Amino acid sequence: MKIAVCVKQVPEGTSLKLDPGTKRLDRSGEGALNHFDANAVEEALRLKESAGDAEVVVVSVGPAGAADALRKALAMGADRALLVSDDAVAGSDLVATSRVLAAALEREGADLVLFGQQASDSDGAVLWAAVADRLRRPLVSQAAELSVADGSLRAKRQTEFGYDVIQAALPAIVAVSDAINEPRYPSLKGIMGAKKKPQETLTLGDLGVDVGQVGEAGSKTEVYEFSLPPSRGDSRKIEDDGKAAEQIVEFLAEKRLV
Amino acid sequence: MNFDLTEEHELLRSTVREFAESRVAPVAAELDRESRFPYELVAEMAGLGLMGIPIAEEHGGAGADTVAYAIAIEELTRIDSSVAITVAAHTSLGTMPILLFGNDEQKRDWLPQLAAGQRLAAFGLTEPGAGSDAGATRTTASLRDGQWVVDGSKIFITNAGTDISACVTITAKTGDDEISNVIVPNGTPGYTISQPMHKLGWRASDTRELSFEGAAVPEGNLLGPRGAGFRQFMEILDGGRISVAAMGVGLAQGAYDLAVAHARERRQFGQPIAKFQAVQFQLADMATEIEAGRALVYRAAWLKDRGRPFALAAAQAKLYTGELSNRAVNAALQIHGGYGFMEESPIARFYRDQKVLEIGEGTNEVQRMVIARHLGL
Repeated sequence: MKIAVCVKQVPEGTSLKLDPGTKRLDRSGEGALNHFDANAVEEALRLKESAGDAEVVVVSVGPAGAADALRKALAMGADRALLVSDDAVAGSDLVATSRVLAAALEREGADLVLFGQQASDSDGAVLWAAVADRLRRPLVSQAAELSVADGSLRAKRQTEFGYDVIQAALPAIVAVSDAINEPRYPSLKGIMGAKKKPQETLTLGDLGVDVGQVGEAGSKTEVYEFSLPPSRGDSRKIEDDGKAAEQIVEFLAEKRLV
Repeated sequence: MNFDLTEEHELLRSTVREFAESRVAPVAAELDRESRFPYELVAEMAGLGLMGIPIAEEHGGAGADTVAYAIAIEELTRIDSSVAITVAAHTSLGTMPILLFGNDEQKRDWLPQLAAGQRLAAFGLTEPGAGSDAGATRTTASLRDGQWVVDGSKIFITNAGTDISACVTITAKTGDDEISNVIVPNGTPGYTISQPMHKLGWRASDTRELSFEGAAVPEGNLLGPRGAGFRQFMEILDGGRISVAAMGVGLAQGAYDLAVAHARERRQFGQPIAKFQAVQFQLADMATEIEAGRALVYRAAWLKDRGRPFALAAAQAKLYTGELSNRAVNAALQIHGGYGFMEESPIARFYRDQKVLEIGEGTNEVQRMVIARHLGL
């Protein structure tokens, strides 16, 4: 079985900055593996460990620096990494990004493609749907449990009202919930060995994707303006001195919310 | 010249940082308050390969270099010193003597379980009347009927008395003006370990007094040639200083991070206190000194990794970072004001954990003696 895991390099830290010139996210600082994707990598490794003979390949579309995020996935235990890096991809919206990613996945021909539930920078949570549509594959999102047997998968899909239990034939695409597992830390041995694992970098040309179909030219999204949400002047901060819960209940009662 | 760390070093740093922040930080205050040894964390760190970082893979370690080891110790100390010293003492003091001076059999007997972190090792040098002045060592080991019989006592020994402690390597007089190192396994009749000592800091780490009354170990437990003990422990301490120096940098960085967070949050006279130049200058000084200290530590580790003389650099790094961490916790606690004086604040623990960095593995004064000697004075 071949499992592909799509991962993204996101800016490190909690405060994101937008570049007023390009109206894009400022990616100049340090990057890290999107933590939601770590759940997908972990799930792939667990599936591999239970299946015995699976290959886990991590796939990313991004700048050259995204190799760091891939390397972390390799250190966790993935077998191989594929990075699609091409200046023309910059500025792609998620529809354009899905075109590139679908081309890369088509080339890999994996039995199972895993995604994290969303990226912590853009929080779109739809890229997996766009990729599934392009590849015409069954899709399960918000999977909180996943198993594979006899050419099909079984997933427990988290909803507001309980779980949907879904069975789908492979090849298929699954976006895992962050509740599905606790990602492992890369071991020191894994870190030392990551460099020796195969890491491939491809351009759009290698994948046969037309430059005009990606980047700003290939994106239908246009950003006119952005601004910070107005600050909430009427907010109240409660420091926990052991009575915070009581004070919150009082506040809610005061507002007739409980 | 190249100041860049390797990709492996960077990934190791982010991994240990994440581990320390998400696994160690939530329990650090409780472990400290209850003086409770962090068994669960040691097991987790063993799983990650952090209990044998610079030990070769053939002996069950991770086979990484001293720079990697220093980075890991630094990142652990940034969050909690007790956990960091447990790793550092096990590696630099407990495991290293056997790795560096052990024969094949000793290595085979001890290293795999130590490097894997299943068992811990200790190093017993300090005695009630001897420490850096090893000539004053009173503990004796006499060869009788094919056994070394040990009599004497040791004090302030890290990792000797945990449930998973395997052995202690001790310095003992094996003759007039002759010091040798002998491995004493836990459980040897006549080797007794005191209750944990009460300490100002490093409270979750294991520190004991050891006493030996006719404790007999096989003749083969002698480490290296008879009489080589002095040279051996000098070499052990040279390397150990790099890890204690890394702790100085990590502790200072942790104190700085806490001070910055507090200064941004705490408002006085209508603005966060981080806006006051008096606070900014303290933080600017701290950040500058931390960079200087880090450079000294990494350079000492780098020299060691290249097989070049590093004892002077290690002593300088240890001296500088010990004193810098003192200034850093002092300023960081001052910035915290009254909150810093409360035990609920992590900075209070950092303040207590700092002082020993100017004492352990040679006091500031001993470092200056070592440095002066290397300078040919």
